[in-house]
Amino acid sequence: MVEILIMLAAGLAGAAFLLALVRFIRGPSRLDRVVAFDVLTVIAITFIVLAALVENRGIYLDAALVYALLSFLGVISIARYLEGRF
Amino acid sequence: MSMVLIAIATLLTIAMIGAAWVTIRAKKVATAMLAAGLVSLFASVMFLFLAAPDVAMTEAAIGSGLTTFLFFFVLGRVRGGSDD
Amino acid sequence: MGLILDIIGGLLLVGGASFLLFGGLGLVRMPDIYNRIQAGAKTTTLGTLLTLAGAACLQPAWGWKLLLIGVFLIFTNPVSAQVLANTAHRRGAEKSPLTKIDRLAEDQEGKA
Repeated sequence: MVEILIMLAAGLAGAAFLLALVRFIRGPSRLDRVVAFDVLTVIAITFIVLAALVENRGIYLDAALVYALLSFLGVISIARYLEGRF
Repeated sequence: MSMVLIAIATLLTIAMIGAAWVTIRAKKVATAMLAAGLVSLFASVMFLFLAAPDVAMTEAAIGSGLTTFLFFFVLGRVRGGSDD
Repeated sequence: MGLILDIIGGLLLVGGASFLLFGGLGLVRMPDIYNRIQAGAKTTTLGTLLTLAGAACLQPAWGWKLLLIGVFLIFTNPVSAQVLANTAHRRGAEKSPLTKIDRLAEDQEGKA
């Protein structure tokens, strides 16, 4: 029962991943690509949590912690570059 | 690995190829840097699925975070923040 | 009791993942950059928080770590969305023709 629900959640998150990837590849401006980058990072956090649930290993969540901190740093640096403030 | 992880890993591989293609074909340098950071991000998740969480953490911190930051910092300094 | 908690956790996982799907759909379908930032930031924050809550229901021993990830997400995700929207506005990104009102531009005109 729970395994089926986890598979369904992984399928939905995978569809969201593909849609964000379409926006990243097509994206007319660079800011569109930055938004897609942010969304892809957050979806990667969801993938990591699902993988930790499937494999039943809590140590995987540490990588998700690093992700949650570092997507912020990347987006801030890109935004500062696009404003020309470095 | 279970079925779910194999499916997600296949998706990530396709996404890595797509992001690498964007890196090669991009007209602007900033887009190429962003796509390279994305390749590094997916590689980190793949390392995690191969049961190496420490490598994945290092890759996420250095490859995806610090390298992207450093690239944009240097590009902003070199060109005075203007586009090419 | 354990079975009920498992089913609640699984349903929370599916709900969070469907919010992520709506976010991706908005990212593709929305007409301009501001709407895309809106769709990409809000739905993914809520979707990931629901997913973390579902994982905490399935594995209660991981609760503190999942709570920490959720706190970091709540702090960082809206901030990055706000910085992106500010950058887009400063660079004068094109608006959708359906845009009716722009308070930030009005405020800046009033100040200048």
